[in-house]
Amino acid sequence: MKRKLTSHNFILGAVITAIMLSLILLGFVWTPYDPEAMQGSLKLHGPSLTHPFGTDQFGRDILSRVLSGAGSTLLIALGTILLGGIIGILAGALTGYFGGWLDEGLMRVNDALAAFPSVLLALVMIALLGPGTYKVMLALGIAFIPSFARIVRGEFLRLREMDYVTSAKLIGVSTPRILFVHILPNILPALLSALAIGFNNAVLAEASMSYLGIGVQPPDASLGRMLSESQTYLAGGPWCAVFPGLFLVLLILGVGLLGEGILDQFGGGR
Amino acid sequence: MMLKVENLSIHFEDRSEKEEVVKNVSFAVEAGDILGIVGESGSGKTMTALTIAGLLKKHAVLDGGRIWLDDTDLLTLSEKEMRRIQGNEIGMIFQEPMTALNPTMRIGKQVEEALLLHDRPWGREGRKDSGAAAGKKMTKAERRQLALRALEEVELENPGELYRKYPYELSGGMRQRVMIAAAMVCRPKLLIADEPTTALDVGTQESILNLLKKLNRKYGMSILFISHNLRVVNTLCSRVLVMKDGQTVEEGECREIFENPQSEYTRELIAAIPARTRENRYYDLLRRKKKAGEPFAGKDFGSQSCKCLL
Repeated sequence: MKRKLTSHNFILGAVITAIMLSLILLGFVWTPYDPEAMQGSLKLHGPSLTHPFGTDQFGRDILSRVLSGAGSTLLIALGTILLGGIIGILAGALTGYFGGWLDEGLMRVNDALAAFPSVLLALVMIALLGPGTYKVMLALGIAFIPSFARIVRGEFLRLREMDYVTSAKLIGVSTPRILFVHILPNILPALLSALAIGFNNAVLAEASMSYLGIGVQPPDASLGRMLSESQTYLAGGPWCAVFPGLFLVLLILGVGLLGEGILDQFGGGR
Repeated sequence: MMLKVENLSIHFEDRSEKEEVVKNVSFAVEAGDILGIVGESGSGKTMTALTIAGLLKKHAVLDGGRIWLDDTDLLTLSEKEMRRIQGNEIGMIFQEPMTALNPTMRIGKQVEEALLLHDRPWGREGRKDSGAAAGKKMTKAERRQLALRALEEVELENPGELYRKYPYELSGGMRQRVMIAAAMVCRPKLLIADEPTTALDVGTQESILNLLKKLNRKYGMSILFISHNLRVVNTLCSRVLVMKDGQTVEEGECREIFENPQSEYTRELIAAIPARTRENRYYDLLRRKKKAGEPFAGKDFGSQSCKCLL
Protein backbone atom coordinates (compact mmCIF):
# COMPACT_ATOMS: atom_id res chain seq x y z
CA MET A 1 0.00 0.00 0.00
CA LYS A 2 1.70 3.12 -1.11
CA ARG A 3 0.17 6.17 0.43
CA LYS A 4 1.54 9.61 0.92
CA LEU A 5 2.46 10.49 4.45
CA THR A 6 0.11 13.36 5.02
CA SER A 7 -0.23 13.40 8.79
CA HIS A 8 2.08 15.91 10.43
CA ASN A 9 1.55 14.17 13.75
CA PHE A 10 2.74 10.94 12.22
CA ILE A 11 5.87 12.43 10.65
CA LEU A 12 6.85 14.51 13.67
CA GLY A 13 6.09 11.66 16.08
CA ALA A 14 8.06 9.18 14.00
CA VAL A 15 11.09 11.49 13.86
CA ILE A 16 11.11 12.27 17.59
CA THR A 17 10.49 8.64 18.51
CA ALA A 18 13.25 7.47 16.18
CA ILE A 19 15.76 9.92 17.70
CA MET A 20 14.81 9.03 21.27
CA LEU A 21 14.89 5.31 20.57
CA SER A 22 18.29 5.49 18.92
CA LEU A 23 19.62 7.43 21.92
CA ILE A 24 18.23 4.78 24.27
CA LEU A 25 19.62 1.95 22.15
CA LEU A 26 22.95 3.74 22.16
CA GLY A 27 22.69 3.84 25.94
CA PHE A 28 22.59 0.04 26.05
CA VAL A 29 25.99 -0.32 24.41
CA TRP A 30 27.78 2.91 25.17
CA THR A 31 27.57 5.74 27.65
CA PRO A 32 30.17 8.51 27.98
CA TYR A 33 30.92 7.45 31.57
CA ASP A 34 30.04 4.53 33.75
CA PRO A 35 26.55 5.55 34.96
CA GLU A 36 27.33 4.23 38.43
CA ALA A 37 30.88 5.58 38.82
CA MET A 38 31.02 8.23 41.51
CA GLN A 39 33.53 11.05 41.44
CA GLY A 40 33.75 12.74 44.81
CA SER A 41 35.42 15.83 43.38
CA LEU A 42 32.57 16.49 40.93
CA LYS A 43 29.47 16.60 43.14
CA LEU A 44 26.59 18.61 41.66
CA HIS A 45 28.55 20.26 38.91
CA GLY A 46 26.48 22.09 36.32
CA PRO A 47 26.50 21.24 32.61
CA SER A 48 29.97 21.57 31.11
CA LEU A 49 31.86 20.32 28.07
CA THR A 50 33.02 17.17 29.85
CA HIS A 51 29.62 16.51 31.46
CA PRO A 52 27.01 18.03 29.12
CA PHE A 53 24.10 17.31 31.49
CA GLY A 54 26.12 17.98 34.65
CA THR A 55 26.69 15.61 37.55
CA ASP A 56 24.51 14.54 40.47
CA GLN A 57 25.00 14.55 44.21
CA PHE A 58 27.45 11.63 44.05
CA GLY A 59 29.36 13.05 41.12
CA ARG A 60 27.81 10.62 38.61
CA ASP A 61 27.51 11.77 35.01
CA ILE A 62 23.85 12.61 34.40
CA LEU A 63 23.97 12.11 30.63
CA SER A 64 25.18 8.54 31.16
CA ARG A 65 22.55 7.94 33.80
CA VAL A 66 19.78 9.38 31.63
CA LEU A 67 20.78 7.11 28.76
CA SER A 68 20.94 3.94 30.85
CA GLY A 69 17.96 4.96 32.98
CA ALA A 70 15.83 5.54 29.90
CA GLY A 71 16.88 2.03 28.85
CA SER A 72 15.32 0.41 31.90
CA THR A 73 12.27 2.66 31.62
CA LEU A 74 11.89 1.55 27.99
CA LEU A 75 12.26 -2.13 28.88
CA ILE A 76 9.63 -1.90 31.58
CA ALA A 77 7.25 0.02 29.33
CA LEU A 78 7.71 -2.43 26.45
CA GLY A 79 7.29 -5.42 28.75
CA THR A 80 4.16 -3.88 30.17
CA ILE A 81 2.44 -3.25 26.85
CA LEU A 82 3.61 -6.62 25.53
CA LEU A 83 2.07 -8.47 28.47
CA GLY A 84 -1.01 -6.25 28.74
CA GLY A 85 -1.33 -6.13 24.96
CA ILE A 86 -1.21 -9.86 24.31
CA ILE A 87 -3.62 -10.79 27.08
CA GLY A 88 -5.80 -7.77 26.29
CA ILE A 89 -5.97 -8.66 22.59
CA LEU A 90 -6.86 -12.27 23.35
CA ALA A 91 -9.52 -11.32 25.87
CA GLY A 92 -10.91 -8.55 23.67
CA ALA A 93 -10.99 -10.72 20.54
CA LEU A 94 -12.75 -13.62 22.26
CA THR A 95 -15.30 -11.51 24.11
CA GLY A 96 -15.99 -9.21 21.17
CA TYR A 97 -16.35 -11.99 18.64
CA PHE A 98 -18.30 -14.56 20.63
CA GLY A 99 -20.25 -12.38 23.02
CA GLY A 100 -22.56 -14.28 25.36
CA TRP A 101 -21.62 -15.43 28.84
CA LEU A 102 -17.90 -15.38 28.05
CA ASP A 103 -18.22 -11.71 27.22
CA GLU A 104 -20.25 -11.01 30.34
CA GLY A 105 -17.82 -12.86 32.58
CA LEU A 106 -14.54 -11.54 31.24
CA MET A 107 -15.80 -8.01 30.88
CA ARG A 108 -16.99 -7.90 34.49
CA VAL A 109 -13.49 -8.98 35.59
CA ASN A 110 -12.19 -6.33 33.25
CA ASP A 111 -14.45 -3.70 34.78
CA ALA A 112 -13.29 -4.69 38.24
CA LEU A 113 -9.67 -4.30 37.17
CA ALA A 114 -10.39 -1.02 35.44
CA ALA A 115 -12.17 0.37 38.46
CA PHE A 116 -8.83 0.94 40.19
CA PRO A 117 -6.27 3.39 38.83
CA SER A 118 -3.63 1.23 37.20
CA VAL A 119 -0.80 2.62 39.32
CA LEU A 120 -2.72 1.87 42.50
CA LEU A 121 -3.38 -1.65 41.30
CA ALA A 122 0.29 -2.08 40.46
CA LEU A 123 1.20 -0.74 43.91
CA VAL A 124 -0.92 -3.39 45.58
CA MET A 125 0.68 -6.07 43.48
CA ILE A 126 4.16 -4.78 44.29
CA ALA A 127 3.22 -4.83 47.93
CA LEU A 128 2.39 -8.52 47.51
CA LEU A 129 5.26 -9.46 45.20
CA GLY A 130 8.01 -7.18 46.46
CA PRO A 131 9.86 -4.58 44.40
CA GLY A 132 12.05 -5.26 41.37
CA THR A 133 12.26 -4.48 37.69
CA TYR A 134 10.48 -7.61 36.44
CA LYS A 135 7.84 -7.47 39.12
CA VAL A 136 7.03 -3.90 38.13
CA MET A 137 6.66 -5.12 34.56
CA LEU A 138 4.32 -7.90 35.63
CA ALA A 139 2.27 -5.67 37.90
CA LEU A 140 1.88 -2.90 35.33
CA GLY A 141 1.22 -5.44 32.59
CA ILE A 142 -1.73 -6.89 34.48
CA ALA A 143 -2.98 -3.45 35.40
CA PHE A 144 -2.91 -2.44 31.73
CA ILE A 145 -4.94 -5.39 30.41
CA PRO A 146 -8.37 -3.73 30.71
CA SER A 147 -7.54 -0.74 28.54
CA PHE A 148 -6.42 -2.94 25.64
CA ALA A 149 -9.13 -5.53 26.10
CA ARG A 150 -11.84 -2.92 25.89
CA ILE A 151 -10.55 -1.34 22.69
CA VAL A 152 -9.99 -4.67 20.97
CA ARG A 153 -13.39 -5.93 22.07
CA GLY A 154 -15.12 -2.88 20.62
CA GLU A 155 -13.37 -3.29 17.29
CA PHE A 156 -14.16 -7.01 17.07
CA LEU A 157 -17.74 -6.31 17.98
CA ARG A 158 -17.92 -3.86 15.10
CA LEU A 159 -16.10 -6.00 12.54
CA ARG A 160 -17.67 -9.39 13.24
CA GLU A 161 -20.80 -8.22 11.44
CA MET A 162 -18.92 -7.22 8.31
CA ASP A 163 -19.77 -9.07 5.13
CA TYR A 164 -16.21 -10.17 4.60
CA VAL A 165 -16.27 -11.97 7.92
CA THR A 166 -19.53 -13.68 6.97
CA SER A 167 -18.06 -14.58 3.65
CA ALA A 168 -14.96 -16.03 5.30
CA LYS A 169 -17.26 -18.13 7.48
CA LEU A 170 -19.07 -19.21 4.35
CA ILE A 171 -15.90 -20.46 2.76
CA GLY A 172 -15.42 -22.60 5.83
CA VAL A 173 -12.57 -20.66 7.42
CA SER A 174 -11.85 -21.81 10.97
CA THR A 175 -12.65 -19.46 13.83
CA PRO A 176 -9.07 -18.77 14.98
CA ARG A 177 -8.13 -17.90 11.42
CA ILE A 178 -11.09 -15.54 11.12
CA LEU A 179 -10.12 -13.88 14.39
CA PHE A 180 -6.45 -13.37 13.72
CA VAL A 181 -5.99 -13.42 9.95
CA HIS A 182 -9.22 -11.84 8.76
CA ILE A 183 -10.18 -9.44 11.54
CA LEU A 184 -7.04 -8.56 13.49
CA PRO A 185 -5.23 -6.77 10.62
CA ASN A 186 -8.26 -4.54 10.24
CA ILE A 187 -8.03 -3.24 13.78
CA LEU A 188 -4.32 -2.44 13.56
CA PRO A 189 -4.72 1.35 13.32
CA ALA A 190 -6.82 1.47 16.47
CA LEU A 191 -4.68 -1.14 18.18
CA LEU A 192 -1.32 0.47 17.38
CA SER A 193 -2.52 3.82 18.55
CA ALA A 194 -3.83 2.23 21.75
CA LEU A 195 -0.47 0.55 22.20
CA ALA A 196 1.30 3.88 21.74
CA ILE A 197 -0.89 5.51 24.37
CA GLY A 198 -0.41 2.47 26.58
CA PHE A 199 3.34 2.76 26.14
CA ASN A 200 3.23 6.34 27.32
CA ASN A 201 1.10 5.48 30.30
CA ALA A 202 3.51 2.66 31.13
CA VAL A 203 6.50 5.02 30.95
CA LEU A 204 4.73 7.42 33.27
CA ALA A 205 3.57 4.64 35.58
CA GLU A 206 7.08 3.26 35.82
CA ALA A 207 8.39 6.74 36.53
CA SER A 208 5.82 7.30 39.26
CA MET A 209 6.48 3.92 40.82
CA SER A 210 10.24 4.46 40.79
CA TYR A 211 9.60 7.94 42.13
CA LEU A 212 7.79 6.32 45.02
CA GLY A 213 10.79 4.08 45.49
CA ILE A 214 9.19 0.74 44.55
CA GLY A 215 10.30 0.45 40.96
CA VAL A 216 13.84 0.07 39.79
CA GLN A 217 16.14 -0.37 42.77
CA PRO A 218 19.33 1.64 43.34
CA PRO A 219 22.03 1.87 42.16
CA ASP A 220 20.31 1.19 38.80
CA ALA A 221 19.01 4.31 37.16
CA SER A 222 15.56 4.91 35.77
CA LEU A 223 14.08 8.21 34.72
CA GLY A 224 11.52 8.20 37.49
CA ARG A 225 14.10 7.30 40.14
CA MET A 226 16.40 10.09 38.92
CA LEU A 227 13.55 12.56 39.23
CA SER A 228 12.75 11.48 42.76
CA GLU A 229 16.39 11.52 43.84
CA SER A 230 16.98 14.96 42.41
CA GLN A 231 14.10 16.39 44.37
CA THR A 232 16.29 17.32 47.29
CA TYR A 233 18.77 19.17 45.10
CA LEU A 234 16.33 21.16 43.00
CA ALA A 235 17.71 24.49 44.26
CA GLY A 236 21.40 23.62 44.11
CA GLY A 237 21.42 21.44 41.00
CA PRO A 238 18.27 21.84 38.92
CA TRP A 239 19.96 20.04 35.99
CA CYS A 240 19.64 16.82 37.98
CA ALA A 241 15.88 17.01 37.45
CA VAL A 242 15.65 19.00 34.23
CA PHE A 243 17.45 16.60 31.91
CA PRO A 244 15.80 13.32 32.93
CA GLY A 245 12.48 15.18 32.90
CA LEU A 246 13.12 16.60 29.48
CA PHE A 247 14.09 13.20 28.16
CA LEU A 248 10.91 11.70 29.58
CA VAL A 249 8.78 14.45 28.08
CA LEU A 250 10.35 14.10 24.63
CA LEU A 251 9.95 10.32 24.63
CA ILE A 252 6.30 10.57 25.58
CA LEU A 253 5.65 13.41 23.17
CA GLY A 254 7.17 11.45 20.29
CA VAL A 255 5.26 8.25 20.96
CA GLY A 256 2.05 10.17 21.68
CA LEU A 257 2.23 12.03 18.39
CA LEU A 258 3.05 8.78 16.64
CA GLY A 259 0.00 7.10 18.13
CA GLU A 260 -2.28 9.91 17.09
CA GLY A 261 -0.60 10.04 13.69
CA ILE A 262 -1.23 6.33 13.08
CA LEU A 263 -4.95 6.94 13.40
CA ASP A 264 -4.79 10.03 11.18
CA GLN A 265 -2.70 8.27 8.60
CA PHE A 266 -4.13 4.77 8.41
CA GLY A 267 -7.44 4.86 10.23
CA GLY A 268 -9.03 7.24 7.75
CA GLY A 269 -11.12 4.58 6.05
CA ARG A 270 -13.58 4.39 8.88
CA MET B 1 -32.46 -33.03 -8.02
CA MET B 2 -29.67 -30.98 -6.60
CA LEU B 3 -30.81 -28.66 -3.84
CA LYS B 4 -34.08 -29.47 -2.18
CA VAL B 5 -35.51 -27.52 0.71
CA GLU B 6 -38.37 -29.22 2.50
CA ASN B 7 -40.72 -27.55 4.96
CA LEU B 8 -38.12 -25.18 6.32
CA SER B 9 -39.30 -23.20 9.34
CA ILE B 10 -37.23 -20.76 11.34
CA HIS B 11 -38.10 -18.36 14.10
CA PHE B 12 -36.20 -15.65 15.91
CA GLU B 13 -36.13 -15.90 19.63
CA ASP B 14 -35.58 -12.64 21.40
CA ARG B 15 -35.98 -13.34 25.10
CA SER B 16 -39.64 -14.24 25.39
CA GLU B 17 -40.87 -12.97 22.05
CA LYS B 18 -41.11 -15.42 19.23
CA GLU B 19 -41.10 -14.22 15.68
CA GLU B 20 -41.55 -16.60 12.80
CA VAL B 21 -39.42 -15.57 9.86
CA VAL B 22 -39.59 -18.59 7.60
CA LYS B 23 -42.75 -20.68 7.59
CA ASN B 24 -42.86 -24.05 5.96
CA VAL B 25 -40.97 -23.15 2.82
CA SER B 26 -40.19 -25.81 0.25
CA PHE B 27 -38.52 -25.54 -3.11
CA ALA B 28 -35.97 -27.26 -5.28
CA VAL B 29 -33.18 -26.23 -7.59
CA GLU B 30 -32.29 -28.64 -10.34
CA ALA B 31 -28.68 -29.11 -11.35
CA GLY B 32 -27.70 -26.37 -13.76
CA ASP B 33 -30.84 -24.39 -13.09
CA ILE B 34 -31.31 -20.83 -11.87
CA LEU B 35 -34.02 -20.24 -9.30
CA GLY B 36 -34.95 -16.72 -8.32
CA ILE B 37 -36.41 -15.94 -4.91
CA VAL B 38 -38.35 -12.70 -4.93
CA GLY B 39 -39.89 -10.85 -2.06
CA GLU B 40 -39.81 -7.61 -0.18
CA SER B 41 -37.47 -6.90 2.74
CA GLY B 42 -38.28 -9.14 5.65
CA SER B 43 -39.92 -11.81 3.56
CA GLY B 44 -37.39 -14.37 4.78
CA LYS B 45 -35.49 -14.82 1.57
CA THR B 46 -32.07 -13.99 2.98
CA MET B 47 -32.71 -16.10 6.09
CA THR B 48 -33.49 -19.05 3.85
CA ALA B 49 -30.30 -18.51 1.89
CA LEU B 50 -28.12 -18.13 4.97
CA THR B 51 -29.60 -21.30 6.44
CA ILE B 52 -28.74 -23.23 3.30
CA ALA B 53 -25.21 -21.86 3.51
CA GLY B 54 -24.99 -23.02 7.12
CA LEU B 55 -25.02 -19.61 8.72
CA LEU B 56 -28.01 -19.57 10.99
CA LYS B 57 -27.88 -16.37 13.01
CA LYS B 58 -27.37 -16.64 16.74
CA HIS B 59 -30.88 -15.82 17.82
CA ALA B 60 -32.49 -17.81 15.03
CA VAL B 61 -33.95 -21.19 15.89
CA LEU B 62 -34.65 -23.93 13.43
CA ASP B 63 -38.12 -25.36 13.89
CA GLY B 64 -37.95 -28.05 11.32
CA GLY B 65 -37.34 -28.99 7.78
CA ARG B 66 -34.65 -30.54 5.68
CA ILE B 67 -32.15 -29.14 3.25
CA TRP B 68 -30.86 -31.73 0.83
CA LEU B 69 -27.79 -31.07 -1.24
CA ASP B 70 -27.82 -34.11 -3.49
CA ASP B 71 -28.03 -36.90 -0.92
CA THR B 72 -26.79 -35.04 2.16
CA ASP B 73 -29.09 -33.40 4.64
CA LEU B 74 -27.16 -30.25 5.45
CA LEU B 75 -29.07 -29.64 8.66
CA THR B 76 -27.82 -32.88 10.22
CA LEU B 77 -24.15 -32.17 9.56
CA SER B 78 -21.76 -31.20 12.31
CA GLU B 79 -20.03 -27.86 12.13
CA LYS B 80 -16.86 -29.52 10.90
CA GLU B 81 -18.62 -31.48 8.18
CA MET B 82 -20.48 -28.36 7.13
CA ARG B 83 -17.20 -26.49 6.84
CA ARG B 84 -16.08 -28.97 4.23
CA ILE B 85 -19.14 -28.15 2.15
CA GLN B 86 -19.06 -24.39 2.61
CA GLY B 87 -17.03 -22.73 -0.09
CA ASN B 88 -16.43 -26.08 -1.73
CA GLU B 89 -19.90 -27.19 -2.77
CA ILE B 90 -21.78 -24.02 -1.94
CA GLY B 91 -20.51 -20.55 -2.76
CA MET B 92 -22.19 -17.33 -1.81
CA ILE B 93 -21.97 -13.71 -2.88
CA PHE B 94 -23.44 -10.70 -1.18
CA GLN B 95 -25.18 -7.48 -1.94
CA GLU B 96 -22.59 -5.00 -0.84
CA PRO B 97 -19.36 -5.37 -2.79
CA MET B 98 -17.84 -2.54 -0.79
CA THR B 99 -17.88 -4.45 2.49
CA ALA B 100 -17.72 -8.03 1.27
CA LEU B 101 -14.00 -7.92 0.62
CA ASN B 102 -11.48 -7.66 3.42
CA PRO B 103 -9.78 -4.27 3.10
CA THR B 104 -6.45 -5.52 4.45
CA MET B 105 -6.03 -8.59 2.26
CA ARG B 106 -4.78 -8.62 -1.29
CA ILE B 107 -7.30 -9.66 -3.95
CA GLY B 108 -5.33 -12.78 -4.82
CA LYS B 109 -5.23 -13.98 -1.22
CA GLN B 110 -8.97 -13.55 -0.86
CA VAL B 111 -9.71 -15.51 -3.98
CA GLU B 112 -7.30 -18.22 -2.85
CA GLU B 113 -8.70 -18.50 0.67
CA ALA B 114 -11.15 -21.24 -0.27
CA LEU B 115 -8.40 -23.27 -1.94
CA LEU B 116 -6.35 -23.07 1.21
CA LEU B 117 -9.14 -24.64 3.21
CA HIS B 118 -10.47 -27.25 0.88
CA ASP B 119 -8.03 -29.97 0.20
CA ARG B 120 -9.31 -31.05 -3.12
CA PRO B 121 -11.07 -28.30 -4.95
CA TRP B 122 -12.42 -29.12 -8.35
CA GLY B 123 -12.44 -32.65 -7.03
CA ARG B 124 -15.26 -33.74 -9.26
CA GLU B 125 -13.05 -33.07 -12.23
CA GLY B 126 -10.11 -34.82 -10.63
CA ARG B 127 -8.38 -31.49 -10.64
CA LYS B 128 -7.50 -31.83 -14.25
CA ASP B 129 -7.42 -28.09 -14.47
CA SER B 130 -4.73 -27.61 -11.88
CA GLY B 131 -2.53 -30.35 -13.19
CA ALA B 132 -1.91 -31.65 -9.69
CA ALA B 133 -2.40 -35.16 -8.47
CA ALA B 134 -5.67 -35.65 -6.68
CA GLY B 135 -5.56 -35.82 -2.91
CA LYS B 136 -2.37 -33.90 -2.48
CA LYS B 137 -2.31 -30.53 -0.86
CA MET B 138 -1.99 -27.69 -3.28
CA THR B 139 1.22 -25.79 -3.61
CA LYS B 140 1.33 -22.04 -3.51
CA ALA B 141 1.95 -21.84 -7.25
CA GLU B 142 -1.03 -24.06 -8.00
CA ARG B 143 -3.27 -21.96 -5.85
CA ARG B 144 -2.04 -18.84 -7.55
CA GLN B 145 -2.66 -20.37 -10.93
CA LEU B 146 -6.23 -21.31 -10.04
CA ALA B 147 -6.89 -17.88 -8.53
CA LEU B 148 -5.63 -16.18 -11.66
CA ARG B 149 -7.84 -18.39 -13.77
CA ALA B 150 -10.84 -17.62 -11.59
CA LEU B 151 -10.18 -13.90 -12.04
CA GLU B 152 -9.98 -14.44 -15.77
CA GLU B 153 -13.24 -16.39 -15.76
CA VAL B 154 -15.11 -13.47 -14.28
CA GLU B 155 -13.81 -11.37 -17.15
CA LEU B 156 -11.48 -9.18 -15.19
CA GLU B 157 -8.62 -7.75 -17.15
CA ASN B 158 -5.03 -8.13 -16.13
CA PRO B 159 -5.46 -10.76 -13.40
CA GLY B 160 -1.74 -10.80 -12.69
CA GLU B 161 -1.77 -7.19 -11.65
CA LEU B 162 -5.11 -7.47 -9.89
CA TYR B 163 -3.82 -10.36 -7.83
CA ARG B 164 -1.57 -7.99 -5.90
CA LYS B 165 -4.07 -5.17 -5.46
CA TYR B 166 -6.17 -4.23 -2.45
CA PRO B 167 -9.96 -3.86 -2.60
CA TYR B 168 -9.89 -0.08 -2.23
CA GLU B 169 -8.18 0.15 -5.61
CA LEU B 170 -11.16 -1.47 -7.35
CA SER B 171 -14.55 -0.20 -8.46
CA GLY B 172 -17.81 -1.66 -7.19
CA GLY B 173 -18.39 -3.77 -10.28
CA MET B 174 -14.85 -5.11 -10.19
CA ARG B 175 -15.22 -6.01 -6.52
CA GLN B 176 -18.40 -7.89 -7.23
CA ARG B 177 -16.55 -9.82 -9.91
CA VAL B 178 -13.77 -10.59 -7.47
CA MET B 179 -16.42 -11.84 -5.03
CA ILE B 180 -17.80 -14.11 -7.71
CA ALA B 181 -14.29 -15.34 -8.52
CA ALA B 182 -13.69 -16.13 -4.84
CA ALA B 183 -17.00 -17.95 -4.61
CA MET B 184 -16.32 -19.86 -7.82
CA VAL B 185 -12.72 -20.84 -7.28
CA CYS B 186 -13.62 -24.26 -5.88
CA ARG B 187 -16.26 -24.83 -8.54
CA PRO B 188 -19.24 -25.12 -6.22
CA LYS B 189 -22.31 -26.95 -7.42
CA LEU B 190 -24.49 -24.21 -6.05
CA LEU B 191 -23.96 -20.48 -5.99
CA ILE B 192 -26.16 -18.45 -3.70
CA ALA B 193 -26.37 -14.86 -4.84
CA ASP B 194 -28.00 -12.59 -2.28
CA GLU B 195 -29.05 -9.48 -4.16
CA PRO B 196 -25.69 -9.31 -5.93
CA THR B 197 -26.68 -6.46 -8.21
CA THR B 198 -28.72 -4.27 -5.92
CA ALA B 199 -25.85 -1.99 -4.96
CA LEU B 200 -24.59 -1.59 -8.53
CA ASP B 201 -25.57 0.85 -11.22
CA VAL B 202 -27.75 -0.38 -14.04
CA GLY B 203 -24.97 -0.93 -16.54
CA THR B 204 -22.79 -2.89 -14.14
CA GLN B 205 -25.87 -4.79 -13.02
CA GLU B 206 -26.47 -5.94 -16.54
CA SER B 207 -22.91 -7.13 -17.06
CA ILE B 208 -22.86 -9.01 -13.74
CA LEU B 209 -26.11 -10.75 -14.68
CA ASN B 210 -24.65 -11.71 -18.04
CA LEU B 211 -21.59 -13.05 -16.29
CA LEU B 212 -23.67 -15.17 -13.91
CA LYS B 213 -25.62 -16.57 -16.80
CA LYS B 214 -22.43 -17.40 -18.66
CA LEU B 215 -20.90 -19.14 -15.66
CA ASN B 216 -24.12 -21.05 -15.16
CA ARG B 217 -24.09 -22.31 -18.73
CA LYS B 218 -20.39 -23.01 -18.90
CA TYR B 219 -20.02 -24.98 -15.69
CA GLY B 220 -23.59 -26.17 -15.17
CA MET B 221 -23.54 -24.48 -11.81
CA SER B 222 -26.93 -23.99 -10.17
CA ILE B 223 -27.71 -20.54 -8.91
CA LEU B 224 -30.07 -19.49 -6.17
CA PHE B 225 -30.68 -15.87 -7.01
CA ILE B 226 -32.24 -13.67 -4.37
CA SER B 227 -33.63 -10.34 -5.36
CA HIS B 228 -36.45 -7.92 -4.81
CA ASN B 229 -36.30 -6.92 -8.42
CA LEU B 230 -38.72 -8.96 -10.51
CA ARG B 231 -37.37 -7.63 -13.74
CA VAL B 232 -33.84 -8.78 -12.94
CA VAL B 233 -35.16 -12.19 -11.93
CA ASN B 234 -37.04 -12.42 -15.18
CA THR B 235 -33.95 -11.84 -17.28
CA LEU B 236 -31.81 -14.34 -15.40
CA CYS B 237 -33.87 -17.11 -13.88
CA SER B 238 -35.79 -19.98 -15.34
CA ARG B 239 -37.88 -20.56 -12.24
CA VAL B 240 -39.05 -18.17 -9.59
CA LEU B 241 -40.28 -18.45 -6.03
CA VAL B 242 -42.27 -15.55 -4.63
CA MET B 243 -42.13 -15.11 -0.86
CA LYS B 244 -44.02 -12.93 1.54
CA ASP B 245 -43.83 -12.82 5.33
CA GLY B 246 -41.77 -15.99 5.38
CA GLN B 247 -44.22 -17.97 3.32
CA THR B 248 -44.22 -19.21 -0.24
CA VAL B 249 -46.72 -17.28 -2.29
CA GLU B 250 -46.12 -18.88 -5.61
CA GLU B 251 -43.54 -20.98 -7.39
CA GLY B 252 -43.13 -21.90 -11.02
CA GLU B 253 -41.59 -21.24 -14.37
CA CYS B 254 -40.58 -17.63 -14.75
CA ARG B 255 -42.52 -17.08 -17.93
CA GLU B 256 -45.68 -18.67 -16.60
CA ILE B 257 -45.68 -16.62 -13.47
CA PHE B 258 -45.10 -13.43 -15.37
CA GLU B 259 -47.77 -14.14 -17.92
CA ASN B 260 -50.29 -15.73 -15.66
CA PRO B 261 -49.70 -14.91 -12.01
CA GLN B 262 -51.97 -16.94 -9.74
CA SER B 263 -51.88 -14.87 -6.60
CA GLU B 264 -52.94 -11.32 -6.00
CA TYR B 265 -49.58 -10.55 -4.38
CA THR B 266 -47.58 -11.60 -7.42
CA ARG B 267 -49.84 -9.53 -9.61
CA GLU B 268 -49.16 -6.55 -7.39
CA LEU B 269 -45.43 -7.17 -7.54
CA ILE B 270 -45.51 -7.30 -11.32
CA ALA B 271 -47.59 -4.17 -11.44
CA ALA B 272 -45.01 -2.47 -9.27
CA ILE B 273 -42.30 -2.80 -11.89
CA PRO B 274 -41.73 0.79 -12.97
CA ALA B 275 -43.46 1.56 -16.21
CA ARG B 276 -41.72 3.18 -19.11
CA THR B 277 -39.94 6.12 -17.67
CA ARG B 278 -38.35 8.88 -19.61
CA GLU B 279 -35.05 7.04 -19.26
CA ASN B 280 -36.53 3.89 -20.70
CA ARG B 281 -37.95 5.78 -23.61
CA TYR B 282 -34.52 7.19 -24.23
CA TYR B 283 -33.02 3.73 -24.39
CA ASP B 284 -35.85 2.64 -26.67
CA LEU B 285 -34.92 5.46 -28.97
CA LEU B 286 -31.29 4.39 -28.95
CA ARG B 287 -32.29 0.82 -29.65
CA ARG B 288 -34.40 1.83 -32.59
CA LYS B 289 -31.61 3.96 -33.97
CA LYS B 290 -29.17 1.11 -33.58
CA LYS B 291 -31.47 -1.25 -35.41
CA ALA B 292 -31.84 1.22 -38.24
CA GLY B 293 -28.08 1.63 -38.39
CA GLU B 294 -28.33 5.30 -37.55
CA PRO B 295 -25.58 6.98 -35.56
CA PHE B 296 -26.54 7.62 -31.95
CA ALA B 297 -25.22 9.61 -29.08
CA GLY B 298 -25.02 6.65 -26.72
CA LYS B 299 -21.49 5.72 -27.52
CA ASP B 300 -20.41 9.30 -27.08
CA PHE B 301 -20.76 8.78 -23.37
CA GLY B 302 -18.21 6.08 -23.80
CA SER B 303 -19.98 4.34 -20.99
CA GLN B 304 -20.72 0.71 -20.65
CA SER B 305 -24.22 1.29 -19.43
CA CYS B 306 -25.57 2.63 -22.70
CA LYS B 307 -23.98 -0.07 -24.78
CA CYS B 308 -25.06 -3.03 -22.78
CA LEU B 309 -28.61 -1.83 -22.49
CA LEU B 310 -28.90 -1.89 -26.22
